[in-house]
Amino acid sequence: MTTVQTIWVACRALLRNKMRSFLTTLGIVIGVAAVISMSAIGAGARARVSSMFESMGANILIVFSGSSRQGGMRGGQGSQPTLTWADLDRIREDIPDVRYAAPMMGIGAQVMAEGQNWQTQVRGTTADYFGIRNWPAASGEIFGDVDEDAGAKVAVVGQTVVNNLFGEDYNPVGQLIRINNIPFSIIGVAAKKGNNAWGSDEDDVVFVPSSTFRAKLQGGLQQFIPGTIMVGAVSQEATGSAKTAIEKLLRERHRIRPGNEDDFTVRNMSEMASAQQEGARTMTSLLAGIALVSLIVGGIGIMNIMLVSVTERTREIGLRMALGAKPAAILIQFVTEAVVLSVIGGLLGVAAGIGAARYLVTTFDWPLLIEPMFSVIAVGFSGIVGVVFGLYPAWKASRLDPIQALRFE
Amino acid sequence: MDPVIRLEEITRVFDTGDVQVHALRGVSLQVSPGDCLAIMGASGSGKSTLMNILGCLDRPSSGSYHLVGEDVARLSRNQLAQIRNRTIGFVFQNFNLLARTSALENVELPLLYRGVSARDRRRLAASALERVGLADRMHHGPSQLSGGQQQRVAIARALVGSPSVILADEPTGNLDSKTSVEIMQFFRGLVDDTGVTLVLVTHEPDIAAWADRMVEMKDGLIVRDRLRDQGTSPSEVTA
Ligand SMILES: Nc1ncnc2c1ncn2[C@@H]1O[C@H](COP(=O)(O)OP(=O)(O)OP(=O)(O)O)[C@@H](O)[C@H]1O
Ligand SMILES: [Mg+2]
Repeated sequence: MTTVQTIWVACRALLRNKMRSFLTTLGIVIGVAAVISMSAIGAGARARVSSMFESMGANILIVFSGSSRQGGMRGGQGSQPTLTWADLDRIREDIPDVRYAAPMMGIGAQVMAEGQNWQTQVRGTTADYFGIRNWPAASGEIFGDVDEDAGAKVAVVGQTVVNNLFGEDYNPVGQLIRINNIPFSIIGVAAKKGNNAWGSDEDDVVFVPSSTFRAKLQGGLQQFIPGTIMVGAVSQEATGSAKTAIEKLLRERHRIRPGNEDDFTVRNMSEMASAQQEGARTMTSLLAGIALVSLIVGGIGIMNIMLVSVTERTREIGLRMALGAKPAAILIQFVTEAVVLSVIGGLLGVAAGIGAARYLVTTFDWPLLIEPMFSVIAVGFSGIVGVVFGLYPAWKASRLDPIQALRFE
Repeated sequence: MDPVIRLEEITRVFDTGDVQVHALRGVSLQVSPGDCLAIMGASGSGKSTLMNILGCLDRPSSGSYHLVGEDVARLSRNQLAQIRNRTIGFVFQNFNLLARTSALENVELPLLYRGVSARDRRRLAASALERVGLADRMHHGPSQLSGGQQQRVAIARALVGSPSVILADEPTGNLDSKTSVEIMQFFRGLVDDTGVTLVLVTHEPDIAAWADRMVEMKDGLIVRDRLRDQGTSPSEVTA
């Protein structure tokens, strides 16, 4: 018999018992659907994370107070601030690989305008920050050196704040906004950014010049920065050398002896992105493992039904042998049935998995990333499951004695 | 002419744990090509056991069996399968058709294990069904056919590969007398037209009367082997 004929005979046998064939293959369908949807969703999540980090800027470095090993990575809070304004200036001026450096300070504050109240983040920074984030003003302008030097009471507001204080489609440039009851005049609205990698709204923010922030909103600390320094390297490739240079500079400035621990931490945005991605990947492989187990369970289901089928069809097997089927032909027939079942299960599973991934992805608003290779592997793997779990029942069938098989009731 | 079937001192002992059943106790038989032979005998006399050995489904405990000149004892499992496929056509008492499978596909079955192309299978199976008078029932399944029609499908299946020997163990055992006569008429015509060798087992003398030669078995031995009387014709017996 040719392969096509063998497959055709197997299909005919399976079609004689449609419902059972379908139920048998269901385990494989679910297993493969799980593999496909999980990998698609996982890939989507990773792509989403990396695109979000990319949108934040791939050449960003963040300098925190405190050593990473002391758990002070988030800096500022809890640990003693160690970064000074002079450190910031030196990083900005002296390191060739550094293009921008801006302080990042923040407090939660009540803002008010036109009788409306809104609780938001107020950040003190400089114009460099907007350069690092590649974040232009949608209307009006960003504050500059003049405002910084003068400690001007000016603010750049995010879209969410505008929406909540003034209403959508309102241009508040020139209006007054009260931050902790201090009046600031709005000079710009930052372009809409959406959610960041951690899911918080980037537009729910008010920016003020760092000098004004220190003078009016959060005083004290004198030479120390009550926050972090955000650095923009000249290019993504330069982030590594920029990081080394910053570490060297700060160790010198802070007079840290060789062998002693840093009192600051420099983090690379791409490092943080890959940490997140690593998490997503671990999750994916965990889910893939579960899916694999369910595939094997599906295979055992196939073996079970094939064994039942061999017993039920003992007379058929005896007849086929009497009519000249060699043991190998019987073996191949039953293995083929198992493989056809599992491969059809695999194909249905791919379809169901893609469907499920589509649905979930629209709910999560992630990109849909289906690797065609993954589908091929999943179907191939279910074929292997069919061979492995079909072999024993098929072998049993091929070993039957034709006379006893023909007499079987 | 060389015999198609040559049995010498065939025995078959079944080991059933505590007792040994001597189903055949030294059977010698020669069948020439074109013979039409009926085996009769009481229940348990060893007829089916003999047929299974003739059909290469079972091996004798001792003795030798030559089928078309070939010593069957020396053949492997696969070679036996090939003999069953090409040299022998089986007809069973209970038809043994595949359920939910059309007459055509049932008849195609032996050709499937011979590597005949799909188109030739179809053609040969259709012409075999035509020969048994079921040209208009090709696409019916066994459940849509009468007992006689099912047995004719089974006969078409036995014929389709042009075997040298057709073995029929009580082919009319499940059929009424009128249908039995139709089947026997067909077998008779087949033997006369094609020169195929037919060995059939039956309990009924009027079925055996269609054969040229009658062999009677008792307790695993052949006790009588005679040619049909020239005087009596089958039609007179059934009448
Ligand atoms: N597989 C077996 N195991 C044990 N004993 C068997 C087996 N097959 C047949 N026998 C015994 O061998 C003897 C002959 O059986 P066989 O089936 O050949 O009889 P038969 O002449 O065909 O009878 P019937 O007319 O009822 O079909 C019987 O006693 C039977 O019990
Ligand atoms: Mg019998």
